[in-house]
Amino acid sequence: MTPDRRPRGAALAAQGRLPAERVALVDLLDRLLAGGVVVSGDLVLSIADIDLVRISLRALITSVRASDTIPSAHPPGAVTVVRTSEATTPASAPGPPDHGAPR
Amino acid sequence: MAETGTYLYAIAQDLGRPLAAAVVGVAGAPVHTITHEGLVAYVSPVPLDEFGEEPLRRSLEDLDWVGETARAHHRVVEAVSEETPTAPVRLVTVYTGEDQVRDLLRHRHDDFAAVLAHVTGRREWGVKAYAAPAAADSPAEGESVAESGKPGTAYLQRRRASLRNREDVWRRAAEQAEHVHAALAAASVASHRHRPQDPELSGREDPMVLNGAYLVDEDRAEEFVAVVDGLRGQGIDLELTGPWAPYSFTVLDLGTAGLEVLDDT
Repeated sequence: MTPDRRPRGAALAAQGRLPAERVALVDLLDRLLAGGVVVSGDLVLSIADIDLVRISLRALITSVRASDTIPSAHPPGAVTVVRTSEATTPASAPGPPDHGAPR
Repeated sequence: MAETGTYLYAIAQDLGRPLAAAVVGVAGAPVHTITHEGLVAYVSPVPLDEFGEEPLRRSLEDLDWVGETARAHHRVVEAVSEETPTAPVRLVTVYTGEDQVRDLLRHRHDDFAAVLAHVTGRREWGVKAYAAPAAADSPAEGESVAESGKPGTAYLQRRRASLRNREDVWRRAAEQAEHVHAALAAASVASHRHRPQDPELSGREDPMVLNGAYLVDEDRAEEFVAVVDGLRGQGIDLELTGPWAPYSFTVLDLGTAGLEVLDDT
């Protein structure tokens, strides 16, 4: 049984990080897509009507993650702790539990 | 010639004069103003063959397009908010014409006035907290086990220790993040927690445990920054961004209700 061939850090490093400019863009999009005045209605076209950016970003994340081997280390018995934390704060947990081991 | 729409960036308190410098908006068009009773809307024309409903559906799937548009939008909001209290409008809000924007100012005058009063003299600061990387994980401990002559066992033990360690680091960081947020909320006028960014978007492998926004009086900014600095360490890395225009504190949902009133004008 090979417990883990690629530690998380190595997997991420291999993919390359997003450039700095895009990192700042993420902070900006937090605000531009979740903050501010929202107007919607017949006379206006807005993100409220076209909720695709979120979907698009989610797709991006999913697509990146799908090719990622991050959470694949199914360590033997003792290390079930990883899951408990998931339950506490899903949004920031280290890795989704449902990824399964990539083959 | 393509039809044009009116892209709305922000509603602000009317300066009674133009901005110090002309600013270019999305699609390279110069920004101009529409005013009504102490309020001003910053707008620019956009071609509907790019900003109409159908083209937008495609464009919004293109992260580069979104990025470019977001930065142009932000540039305008920044320029305005440096001079006057500003309520940024959500990304990509396009009206069919300027009359509709004027009507918005007229019918929602009091709502905007209230929002602007709330942010006057205040700026938004962003504080993100990451679980600090597990320093000196457990290699030293692992090495001594390795000497026992069973590299496989040693590997697994090291691996377990490492995961347990990472887990502890994360849990402590999450707890500390709650403490940090409470302290920053106390040092600010209002606070808002955005969803923590995914590592793939944040660009950092360490899990984000807090993505907070804090509305701070301008003359208390130094104090706020000092509070942030005082909270550094203790298992988390803090990243301070800002000051921002008060994006996170001008959320005002103006649905169709306000626009229906337009019918009787």
